[in-house]
Amino acid sequence: MNEEYSILVGGAAGEGSRMAGLTIAKLLNQYGWRVSIYEDYQSLIKGGHSFSKIRATKKVNSAPKRSIDFLVALNKETLEKHKKDLDKDGIAIFDADNSEFEYGFGLSGKQVMEQFQIIPIMKNSAFIGAFAKTIGIEWEMVEKVFRKEIRKEIDKNLAVAKFGYDQADTLTKIEKLKNTPMPLITGNETTAMGAIKAGLQFYSAYPMTPATSILHFLADHKTDFKVDVFQAENEISVINSALGAASAGKRSMVGTSGGGMALMAEAVSFAAQGEIPVVLVNSQRPGPATGLPTYSGQSDLKFSLNIGHGDFVKILVAPGDADESFYLAGLAMNLAWKYQIPVLFLTDKNVSESTFSFDTGMISKINPIKESLWDGKGTYKRYLDTKSGISPMAFYGQKDALVRVTSYEHFEDGLTLEEEEDLIIKMNKKKERKFAAIQNEIEKLNPVKVYGNKNSKKAIIAWGYNKGLAKEVAENLNIKFIQPVIMQPFPVKAMQKALKGVNKLVLVESSAAGQLSDLLAQNGIKLNDKILSCTGRSFYLEDLQKEVEKKIK
Amino acid sequence: MAINLNTTAKNTWCPGCGNFTILEALKRALGNLIEKGTRREDIVIFVGIGCHAKIVDFVGVNTFYGLHGRAVPAAIGAKLANPNLKVIICAGDGDSFDEGIAHLIYAAKRNVDITVLLHDNRVFALTTGQFTATTPKDFKGKSSPCGSPENPFNPMEVMINTGATFVARGYCAKLDHLTDLMVKAIQHKGFSFVEILQPCIAWLNTFPFYNERVYEIPAADLTDKEKALTKIKEWDYIKDAKISIGQFYQKDSPTFEEENARACDGEIETIADILEAKV
Repeated sequence: MNEEYSILVGGAAGEGSRMAGLTIAKLLNQYGWRVSIYEDYQSLIKGGHSFSKIRATKKVNSAPKRSIDFLVALNKETLEKHKKDLDKDGIAIFDADNSEFEYGFGLSGKQVMEQFQIIPIMKNSAFIGAFAKTIGIEWEMVEKVFRKEIRKEIDKNLAVAKFGYDQADTLTKIEKLKNTPMPLITGNETTAMGAIKAGLQFYSAYPMTPATSILHFLADHKTDFKVDVFQAENEISVINSALGAASAGKRSMVGTSGGGMALMAEAVSFAAQGEIPVVLVNSQRPGPATGLPTYSGQSDLKFSLNIGHGDFVKILVAPGDADESFYLAGLAMNLAWKYQIPVLFLTDKNVSESTFSFDTGMISKINPIKESLWDGKGTYKRYLDTKSGISPMAFYGQKDALVRVTSYEHFEDGLTLEEEEDLIIKMNKKKERKFAAIQNEIEKLNPVKVYGNKNSKKAIIAWGYNKGLAKEVAENLNIKFIQPVIMQPFPVKAMQKALKGVNKLVLVESSAAGQLSDLLAQNGIKLNDKILSCTGRSFYLEDLQKEVEKKIK
Repeated sequence: MAINLNTTAKNTWCPGCGNFTILEALKRALGNLIEKGTRREDIVIFVGIGCHAKIVDFVGVNTFYGLHGRAVPAAIGAKLANPNLKVIICAGDGDSFDEGIAHLIYAAKRNVDITVLLHDNRVFALTTGQFTATTPKDFKGKSSPCGSPENPFNPMEVMINTGATFVARGYCAKLDHLTDLMVKAIQHKGFSFVEILQPCIAWLNTFPFYNERVYEIPAADLTDKEKALTKIKEWDYIKDAKISIGQFYQKDSPTFEEENARACDGEIETIADILEAKV
């Protein structure tokens, strides 16, 4: 009996390997296995090589492994590229028309296509059927999953799947676990849903990988959740439209990657001066510039911490999986409106586009927190100097309120302030009181998570997608793992608490420089070593574990 | 005027600046609309940065004093968020035809129901006199001591060709005429554009030039785009010619707010429904 399975499904772009991978993951999900899918694809539409790596375990995971138990190769290249990673008992399911392999089962794609008169992509159903049979999944379950997943030509797809199923032999028998199946969903989708749960009403974006699927999800569901979705002409328009919508009272979010975020920089500073709430999603890919557009990275941390000219405080949150994407997107929206500030949601391609087993318990943890609203008495002043520094809000169109939003230094009513130096100081102090409150609040929001052996003197520190990997490595090695999820303002107290007793600290980061090390150093925290990767690909669990063992002993 | 739209802000324009009459026309136009039933609270003026942009501090309605060149996208966001708003943008030539021209063109292309009033002084004034997208070629300024190297845009030609559904030109020295154009532009359902000829007494004093050439065109058929274009191109901002002011073009067309709010078919789903489908 296997304790876990690692499956690679690969082919050329346009051959449908991602959909095939998802269907296989759903079969395993129905058997109670906890699945994650890591996606690797290139910046092209047809051809090239892309693959999905599925890992099924008994407890929730989000850490891909290098070694493979099953290799589902939709083309020859997939088999050639990945057979070296097949476990000694591993099995390949491949296209017998162009490939040969000793261990596994070859299916003639040509025969399937001719017999069923189908377009090439549909032959994947035969490969899925063959895989299911090989691993001992009953046909009824295959049919159930197909009926749920496939909308077009379901009968034909089922016939093709049955053909593959009947040709293959059962070589192992997968255990049926008692777990209830979970929703399999990407980080971008739960980011959108978390924002919706916290009251999102306006989303604008310009297409940019790997943030684009937030735009797709919200465009698809805009009627369901009454969200205005605006595809603007460029990222500068994106962010400024969001600031306009927020001034009219709508909870707004924008999404992009590093290059788009660079274009938004001026408006981040405007949001701070104008005290306009907005959530900005930056799904990182490796830079500089266009870099590796369909791969993942963590090299935008320093840029994100410092984005925007002038003195101001913003909040930066960084999710590590779909659960945290949901929760932190909701938290980001609530904090943006509570404090009337820009909040950066710094994710990465692997969190954005990987598929996770989602804990639906997250849903009830996010509800919209009501912002401070004007009581309608007297003359409205948008930037009223209050004790908390938070000025009650009114919006364009609201009865008896004249609302002046501005990028200039300003009087309480929003008129331009240049001359009176004492008032310039006063208005800055108002913002400073707000910033102090933010620093206090984030310490209470569980900004630094700790996993593994909490008493260990040895610790790994990692953020973003590396969470899933670092957590498992720490558990396996009986050491501590520290994950900051709120990076700005820096959670000084929570980090000190997490580091208590630690005398060896190693950073794991998907960047060339190890950018978190600078942020830690600014706060007096020294690393003993770094494990870095600039390839844009995820670490694999076994490889990372070996590296950590080497560096932390 | 029945409604007082003045503010407490100190005016910092140069004495004799063309902006003063634009401000007066705008206050009269807004007062007129409010008297006719527009809610004052529904009016929002969006601006970028420049001499023109200071106007927001002098008008007692909702305002958005945004970034240089970016008033248009902010205005689109607000209009999408609340389609009841009467959204007016006071734009500068450097602001909207240099820095933010992509946004302006897209607003016209989409036919967003907003009004752009272009304070066309044909020079970067607040930064002390550099050439803009509408400055006459050979203009000698601090960044072009040997004469500016580019021909100017004809703003109305750009706007009508990119989809504006209301196109007009006024002159800041013709107050009543300008006020009337502003009222009509704001009342138009769709993207309306009014170029306002505005001399800059500090860097490019075109008062004598315009006073000699400007004439009002009579009311005419406004639906013929080709005729409008011919009239718009009568003066190409380069060669000397008579300069017509008035309304050139108007067309009924669905607005962006209506088109973008189009609902998709299919049953309404909840978060629970979506998650169930993902199992």
